[in-house]
Amino acid sequence: MNRYVIIGNSAAAIGAIQGIRSADTEGSITVITDEPYHTYSRPLISYWLEGKVADENMYYRDKNFYTDNNVEVLYSRRAEKIGKSHVTLDGGEKLPFDKLLAATGSKPFVPPMKGLDKVKNSFTFMTWDSVKAIKKKVKKHTKVLIVGAGLIGLKAAEALYHLDADITVVDLADRILPSILDEDAGRIMQKHIESKGTKFILGTSVEEFSEKSAKLTNGDSVDFDLLIVAVGVRPNTELISQAGGKVDKGIITDDTQLTTLKNVYAAGDCTVSHDCSSDTDRILALLPNAFMQGEVAGKNMAGVEAHYVNAIPMNAIGFYGLHIITAGSYDGEAFTEQDAEKEVYKKLVFKDGLLKGYILMGDVARAGIYTSMIKERIPLADVDVELLKTRPQMMMFGRARRLEKLGGITQE
Amino acid sequence: MALNYYQPLYEVIRDKDRCIKCQACARQCANEVHRYDGEYDVMISDSKSCVDCQRCVAICPTGALKIANNPNTFRENANWSSQIMTEVYKQAETGGVLLSAMGNPKEYPVYWDKILLNASQVTNPPIDPLREPMETKVFLGKKPKNVKFNKDGSVNTDLPPTLELSTPIMFSAMSYGSISKNAHESLARAATELGICYNTGEGGLHKDFYKYGPNTIVQVASGRFGVFRDYLDAGAAVEIKMGQGAKPGIGGHLPGAKILEDISRTRMIPMGTDAISPAPHHDIYSIEDLRQLVFSLKEATGYKKPIIVKIAAVHNVAAIASGIARSGADIIAIDGYRGGTGAAPTRIRDNVGIPIELALASVDQRLRDEGIRNEVSIVIAGSVRSSADVVKAIALGADAVYIGTAALLALGCHLCRSCQTGKCNWGIATQRPDLVKRLNPEIGYKRLVNLVHAWDHEIKEMMGGMGINSVEALRGNRLMLRGIGLTDTELEVLGIRHAGQ
Amino acid sequence: MKKVYVNEDWCLACHLCEYYCAAANSGAENMIKAFSGGKKPIPRIKVEEGSAINFAVQCRHCDEPACVKGCITGALSVKDGVISCDESRCVGCYTCVLSCPYGCIVISDESKVIQKCDLCIKNNNGDPACVKGCPNGAIVLEER
Repeated sequence: MNRYVIIGNSAAAIGAIQGIRSADTEGSITVITDEPYHTYSRPLISYWLEGKVADENMYYRDKNFYTDNNVEVLYSRRAEKIGKSHVTLDGGEKLPFDKLLAATGSKPFVPPMKGLDKVKNSFTFMTWDSVKAIKKKVKKHTKVLIVGAGLIGLKAAEALYHLDADITVVDLADRILPSILDEDAGRIMQKHIESKGTKFILGTSVEEFSEKSAKLTNGDSVDFDLLIVAVGVRPNTELISQAGGKVDKGIITDDTQLTTLKNVYAAGDCTVSHDCSSDTDRILALLPNAFMQGEVAGKNMAGVEAHYVNAIPMNAIGFYGLHIITAGSYDGEAFTEQDAEKEVYKKLVFKDGLLKGYILMGDVARAGIYTSMIKERIPLADVDVELLKTRPQMMMFGRARRLEKLGGITQE
Repeated sequence: MALNYYQPLYEVIRDKDRCIKCQACARQCANEVHRYDGEYDVMISDSKSCVDCQRCVAICPTGALKIANNPNTFRENANWSSQIMTEVYKQAETGGVLLSAMGNPKEYPVYWDKILLNASQVTNPPIDPLREPMETKVFLGKKPKNVKFNKDGSVNTDLPPTLELSTPIMFSAMSYGSISKNAHESLARAATELGICYNTGEGGLHKDFYKYGPNTIVQVASGRFGVFRDYLDAGAAVEIKMGQGAKPGIGGHLPGAKILEDISRTRMIPMGTDAISPAPHHDIYSIEDLRQLVFSLKEATGYKKPIIVKIAAVHNVAAIASGIARSGADIIAIDGYRGGTGAAPTRIRDNVGIPIELALASVDQRLRDEGIRNEVSIVIAGSVRSSADVVKAIALGADAVYIGTAALLALGCHLCRSCQTGKCNWGIATQRPDLVKRLNPEIGYKRLVNLVHAWDHEIKEMMGGMGINSVEALRGNRLMLRGIGLTDTELEVLGIRHAGQ
Repeated sequence: MKKVYVNEDWCLACHLCEYYCAAANSGAENMIKAFSGGKKPIPRIKVEEGSAINFAVQCRHCDEPACVKGCITGALSVKDGVISCDESRCVGCYTCVLSCPYGCIVISDESKVIQKCDLCIKNNNGDPACVKGCPNGAIVLEER
């Protein structure tokens, strides 16, 4: 009987449990988590903070999940060290394994900033505990300074907006959401968020903090009651690197999610993925990616061969009611359409006869059809490009593909 | 034109409380009667284009539509009816021949409805078709008058070719061109499943349908469209079309606009050219000429297939039938004046020919009198509307019937009689691809099979009631019939007695 | 497992499947009530219209469902092969819209959460309204 040990309790871990159990209903599974919670969805913390999601809906799987899947969970415990066939827990206890998964995720990156230690109400935005702490400090008109205008910073801003906080976002970059939006789309989104009363100070960083004020590099200063630092995340790779596993930007695995260590797999935000849209290796810190990597890892751990391929960066996210869906790489020839008044923006990026990436803002309906084109590398020559440009639709594909996909008929 | 001399025949009535503005009616009306007005968020109907085909009524998911007669009336006049007045106005406007489709709709007598069937009581007890065997199978063709023996004393079983039908019903000739490919496919598949025959009409046989050959009657008409060796070989029988009940004495004309690629190939004429069927066969001016064609076709098919000669029921039909029986034909098909058509001049359709009931009775009698009834089978057509009509036809002397209109009704036709416009909303009498696809043969053939099965059950019930257990035993059994409300002359022609006699 | 398949040869673009779907999922007892007072319930099936070809698209209930795997809340799940959404758990992030290769996840106008075809298991005992309502046999529920 196989003994499976999983470090971590989020999407990759759950994917691994489902993957293992699809192939092996007998082996023992032990999950180590440093949090006290049943598996919950990290992307929901901002929804919880704004009050849209209640405690009972924070959970990523229903409360019987562990018992149904015969999983033992060690709550509020940390894995300290990975050995050849055992994990050392905090307190020195040794947990033996036949197959191990590192689903250790990432942690907020807080760069060294002068005077930050003076700020009492300084938070990051990563875990349920972090938003629970923030919630205690926020009232109507609480002045919040958010450092970082990326996905996490703006999701935090949106939640606090619903709590009627007075929000200022500072970022060194001169535009918001640079990781997923181009300049035009970023401008529309910025205007949209500003129209709701949230202030941006861009192209600027904090020179020095005092307890309730930040002096900026542009000479201004911003007073705040509460500070959120959301400038980025770093993968938790230490356990693997200390055990001798290869780590670059993140943990290196093959496409079965096996690390360079024997019997040790890794999945989720802590790993490096191969982005097939740009043909580069990078961290794709996305929940779907984490789940699917975990599932592939789980299957392989249980002896069923599986490969994780066709990964691409992709995001579906909304801010202050304006939705965006983006995927792939923006390096190539672009086709764009926008109606800034209506907050609608579309960008399609073509390269090497393929759709490589897209940005849809406002009207995001059926975006997945574009995603499938990128992931499956369907040549533009095989689709009606004019229809493709109009909107995502199955009509743009040839009859054979439609018959196969919609009619269940595969032609010879 | 500033003045409307005549008004729409129908009025679209939309129950606004039920209409959800789904626009299915607008999308489904080839006559563009319905329209959605986005500005006012209302559905608008233009009744003047409505042909009352009932497609919108059938498709409306909330039952919000009705088509009613236009309540607007011209001053009543028993002689000059609104319809006659309207026709005068139309001709004064266009100067053209009035065209119509499907069968004669006028109020002439329907003799089927003036004939009643017998049933057994006490003596010669009825038969329960659910418990006793009941045979509806028929063979069409020449029947030997007596048993022949070979030189060695064995029975000579070398019989003339026949058509075997599981039930005495066939689908009438309707050409590919006058009806759609999907309609043809429905008929062909249904005939195959039922063990009966359908008829290609004069439009040739589409290459996709050769596989249904054993259940196909291939027609040779005056235009000879699509006739070649493979075509003749493909069918179970060959029918020479001399006439059609809806338009006796008239040829056919399929406009070039309908001769699209597939039809052009099937008919073997260039795309876009008018398909003109001459009124006569230019090589047939006598029974002797007919005999030549009959034997040419027999020769071409190796004497393996029965030859049918189809004529319209006209005044001296009995004498004509006698000639046909002597021409060597195996089967005579007679089409009554209520027979359908894809297009005919209205005046011809409504005023030429005679009722099939009378034609059948007189033909059967004439052939018996002349001792040649077994030389041919008789198939009748021209408005057989129910199994009761079938039973009465057989008792009057028919071997089998053709159904055309009833088959089209099974496929969705609502007898709007606008086939000639080519905009059939039910996908039957049209070649417009978007309309043709409205008739899914998968659905259509099942409905035809259902219809014929149902009739077959009913025929068995009626025969059983009369104490008769086979169609063969019913054929020509006019004692099973009584007339009601008929004159002595009508009774004499029909060869039946009046009810109570 | 029986799934809904479409045959584009027979689709007439009458859009009735959309209306039957929307009505069946609206909770109203009949179609008239479902659309009364200008209400426009959203269908989970979509008819795509071309110049000569039309077809309806709805959830294919994939064996490897990208929508379920990507769902950030666990609102989407598979039971007996049928993918359905617990709308009370959906927060409207639209990761499933991003993931579905057929574009079969629709967004509710009112609640902004997603809706999807569940083969009418919740409202009609697994007898899909689109199949029943199609006038031309273009949508069928079959084992293939």
